Amino acid sequence: MLKVVEINNLTVQYPDVKALDDVSFVINQGDFLGIIGPNGAGKSTLFDSMLGLNTKYEGTIKFFGKDIRKSKNYLKEIGYVPQKPIFEKNFPVTVNDVVRMGLRNESDENRIDEILQQLWIHELSNRRIGELSGGQQQRVFIAKALVNNPKILILDEPVTGIDQQSIELFYSILRELNSKQKITIIWSSHDLDAVNQLADHVACLNRTLFFHGESKKFFSDDKLIKQYSEASMQEHMHHH
Amino acid sequence: MSLEILTYSFMHRALISGTAIAILCSVVGLFLVLRRYSLFGDAIAHSSFGGIALGLLVGVYPLWTAYGVSIVSALVITKLKDKFNISGDASIAVLLSSGIAIGLVIIGFSGGFTIDIFSFLFGSILLVSVDDTILILSLTGAILIVILLLYRQILYSTFNEEQAKVSGIPVEKINYLIVFMAGITVVTSIQLVGILLISALLVIPNVTAIMYGKGFKFTAIISMSFSVFSVIAGILISYVFDITPAGTIVLLSIGLLAGTMVIKSAGLLSKN
Repeated sequence: MLKVVEINNLTVQYPDVKALDDVSFVINQGDFLGIIGPNGAGKSTLFDSMLGLNTKYEGTIKFFGKDIRKSKNYLKEIGYVPQKPIFEKNFPVTVNDVVRMGLRNESDENRIDEILQQLWIHELSNRRIGELSGGQQQRVFIAKALVNNPKILILDEPVTGIDQQSIELFYSILRELNSKQKITIIWSSHDLDAVNQLADHVACLNRTLFFHGESKKFFSDDKLIKQYSEASMQEHMHHH
Repeated sequence: MSLEILTYSFMHRALISGTAIAILCSVVGLFLVLRRYSLFGDAIAHSSFGGIALGLLVGVYPLWTAYGVSIVSALVITKLKDKFNISGDASIAVLLSSGIAIGLVIIGFSGGFTIDIFSFLFGSILLVSVDDTILILSLTGAILIVILLLYRQILYSTFNEEQAKVSGIPVEKINYLIVFMAGITVVTSIQLVGILLISALLVIPNVTAIMYGKGFKFTAIISMSFSVFSVIAGILISYVFDITPAGTIVLLSIGLLAGTMVIKSAGLLSKN
């Protein structure tokens, strides 16, 4: 099995809190990894570190066997869908413009049409991004993330504030990307049921790594789930 | 209007330089507006006041010192803003007032040269020389080429910095490049509308064009067309009626903005 991501002893210390404490795990090619954990568990810090947005960490992060501190080339193989993409509502770009921004090889015009069709947003191609619903916008950002045919897709809790029908469509798209196109998916989510249905691996994060392994193992072990819920609950109460 | 004015060579130079500046301001201004940096052009223009005064004092062609002072101070303020976490609008206020202050002190030292300063404050497009015209055309060409080459990177980092970073775009370098290009654009355009009205040229055609609800390229084309129209019509009308070109140009572009607002509120512009 080819290791695409190796995280070793990752620790991130913020001035007032340790956001991640000695986290280590491996993601293999073709994995569909669900990262779960309560608010403040360090999911965003983990992603920021993996994506090179946070460089103040101890430990090592390797993509395709190479330390990301040494080269940023790995970013070419990653498609990233942020939690809620922030942009001005009247920013004058169409769906086509947004997807094109992601396209590295600008001559690859057909690829834009292809990906818009695959994500059911082809008919929105000339609409401004700010006029679309949350679910439509999300599919545009997935299209942008996929336009360069990345090997890994990273998604940060991408269903916040999106209607149920769009969520279902989104899940079926993810499933297809992973099973048919063999894209490794790293997906952080609050929704345990969805993770149970979609992901083949689970990482439970609560500043430390609480569990990492096959999702069937996690979801068939009532004791583990109970422990996890209690830990989450404690963290939740701690936060309020 | 007599067609005779179109035969004067100073009018040719004014129209050619004016068109180039109109296109340049519209393109660079679009990125500034979208970055919520609309007043940055104004701040650079005011800082160039210090540069112009310095040039007049030491006897160097004032626009050269204006280029130097404006670009350096714009880059410095951008660096300080990031380092000390100063908000965008506050950094603009600092840049704007320090340029004027430096200019005033220099003028005080020199005993005053009010007539020369006046043409920089309000522009003097009918007085551009052949050399000025060549300089304006070359700088416009150079900046447009840079923008065309880096179009995707500049647009992407304007749209969303974080995502652009993750896509491997050198966002910080692009930010400095934009500040640098804005500096050149503003000082170059001073000859057309002067220090006091420069942000009108950078901002108004773009605010107008964005209202048409189109994609990026179309918005840029609409903005350029409005900008070029205002400048050419402004120069001609002001000459015929013997009024200031700068004020006429800006009022025409405000007219286009107002017209667009009327059309839009009448529901004649579809949402897409």
